[in-house]
Amino acid sequence: MINIKDINFSYGKRDILKDISFDIQDNKCIAILGNNGAGKSTLIKCLNRIIPVKGGVVMVSGADLFKMPRNEVAKNIAYVAQKTETSRVTVYDAILVGRKPYIKWDITADDKKIVDDVIEHMDLEDFTLRFIDELSGGELQKVMLARAMVQQPKFLLLDEPTSNLDPRNQYELMKRVKHIAREHNISVAVVIHDLNLALRYCDKFLFIKDSRVFAYGDHDIMTPKIISDVYNMKSDVIEHNGIKLVVPLPDEPYELTHGDGHGHGGINVTSNEHVKEACNS
Amino acid sequence: MGSSSKARSDYNKFVRKKVLVLVILCAALFALAIFAIGQGSAHVSISEIFKTFIGQGEPRSQTVVVGVRVPRVTTAILVGAILAITGVVMQSVLKNPLASASTLGVSNGASFGATIAIIVFSAGIQNSTSAANAISVTNPFLVSTCAFLGGIGATIIIIALSRIKQVGQQGLVLAGVALSAIFSGASTLIQYFADDVQVAAVVFWTFGDLGSTSMKEVLIILAAFAGAFIFFMINRWNYNAMENGEETAKSLGVNVNLIMYSTMAVAAFATSIAVSYVGIISFIGLIAPHIMRRFVGNDYRFLIPVSAVAGALLLLGADSFARLIIAPIILPIGAITSFVGGPVFLWILFKGAKRK
Repeated sequence: MINIKDINFSYGKRDILKDISFDIQDNKCIAILGNNGAGKSTLIKCLNRIIPVKGGVVMVSGADLFKMPRNEVAKNIAYVAQKTETSRVTVYDAILVGRKPYIKWDITADDKKIVDDVIEHMDLEDFTLRFIDELSGGELQKVMLARAMVQQPKFLLLDEPTSNLDPRNQYELMKRVKHIAREHNISVAVVIHDLNLALRYCDKFLFIKDSRVFAYGDHDIMTPKIISDVYNMKSDVIEHNGIKLVVPLPDEPYELTHGDGHGHGGINVTSNEHVKEACNS
Repeated sequence: MGSSSKARSDYNKFVRKKVLVLVILCAALFALAIFAIGQGSAHVSISEIFKTFIGQGEPRSQTVVVGVRVPRVTTAILVGAILAITGVVMQSVLKNPLASASTLGVSNGASFGATIAIIVFSAGIQNSTSAANAISVTNPFLVSTCAFLGGIGATIIIIALSRIKQVGQQGLVLAGVALSAIFSGASTLIQYFADDVQVAAVVFWTFGDLGSTSMKEVLIILAAFAGAFIFFMINRWNYNAMENGEETAKSLGVNVNLIMYSTMAVAAFATSIAVSYVGIISFIGLIAPHIMRRFVGNDYRFLIPVSAVAGALLLLGADSFARLIIAPIILPIGAITSFVGGPVFLWILFKGAKRK
């Protein structure tokens, strides 16, 4: 269980994060959503002390993270950056470095065993001796996720992990992330822009607006109203073959969004409060 | 599990290759060292060298080997190793492939110190006993001390400036360039008002000279090497973690700023000691790490020791070349490493660019 309470952060006098509080259950994956510049990346960097907070508490299984030495934090939280600097290092070595918080003088047989298991688990066996500066974006992101996994964290932070991936790789990566949360009993927080990816693979959604938590909840809070309030953009939230989808409607004037509230050719509109409100008025 | 154990055995093979590189380099260094000890104006055979080592050589070879050649060869080995390992870690913590002792102004700081010693404190004077050694420094201790203070002073200024205002890795490199310019300008101004002999002594010092160290000085350089090597090896996993960027390193529990500043301080200290005894020797700190990165990758567990041996091999090779090519004249070592090192570096650079 991760409890986050009253996280505050500012650059000089400009508040970036104000009183951010939320909890994440074990084996749940939450999406952190909001506009560009809303402070999503800053939030997850604050959570694992890459940047120092101005105030607040992060509890991981009851232990106060901000009172731990940095090395202990690294045993509890793993982080995959939005952009990874690559260099002439093999995939095996790049994953092995995830054992850094546990290494005293040198790696042990245990460390290698953990790396081997993760490599097998993530189907990276054929990659181990490739250099990471020769990998594709999807492969590199998978390696970075593997590196985070060998840290054996209780809490995993991902900063826009899908931003450089093609659609198929985006879905595969997020599927894997969800699987990791379930299988390894890890709480995951993902900064993500694609609302449909979030809907598909995350359990809860944290919307950040004006430096504060605007809404936090499960699939029910993904409504056109909230999306409109956060992103200033009209949208439909529909269901297609049992899959909930957000259909952005950036160009459509408000009143013209199929005012009858019924579907587009077999697609059932399940929730469109704005449209309903517009019709009623 | 089968494929995973194959992944492991592949990796183990890959690691063994790196160990093999290290063993081959060590063997080459040993062979070159024996060759260098034997060669010179007085030739000493290999068997005679080994006899001398166990104290059973002739008095003449005893004098040549123990008194002259061994200090020179060990100085070359240790200074080469220091320049290479400090280069490799500075390139890591500053995230700059061109980082080396000179990047932080250490070399120019040391030159400035030597200039002050020779010109202001009159530590240099003409000595016409041989054509190849026309000018020597009369007070080497004073010159070394001033050069050391100049080198370490440059680093202290840079680190202090960057602590006051967090300038980051690129800022540090630029500050080093600026400080180098200030020191070299100051040295030039002092030389402008000095007489010919003093200027010649300064120039002679900056050429670099591996032949002026006695066993006592070799021991000091050895201590500098050992301290730096141990410190860098303790931090090898920190450097590995920093390869994926500062944020990732922090998330792996690395105190990035502490590692950066302590590494630079140790590197500057070790190179200042080396430079203060032998003068300015450039390019070893760039070439040795860059060649070795091609062989063992950026895994600092291997890159640091392998670079140390490669640096030693390069400087000893350059010194042997400088001593033997137009013997008995000894060419200035600093000029040889730059003259040969520059093209080699360009070759590495463009070969690397083609591979990408």
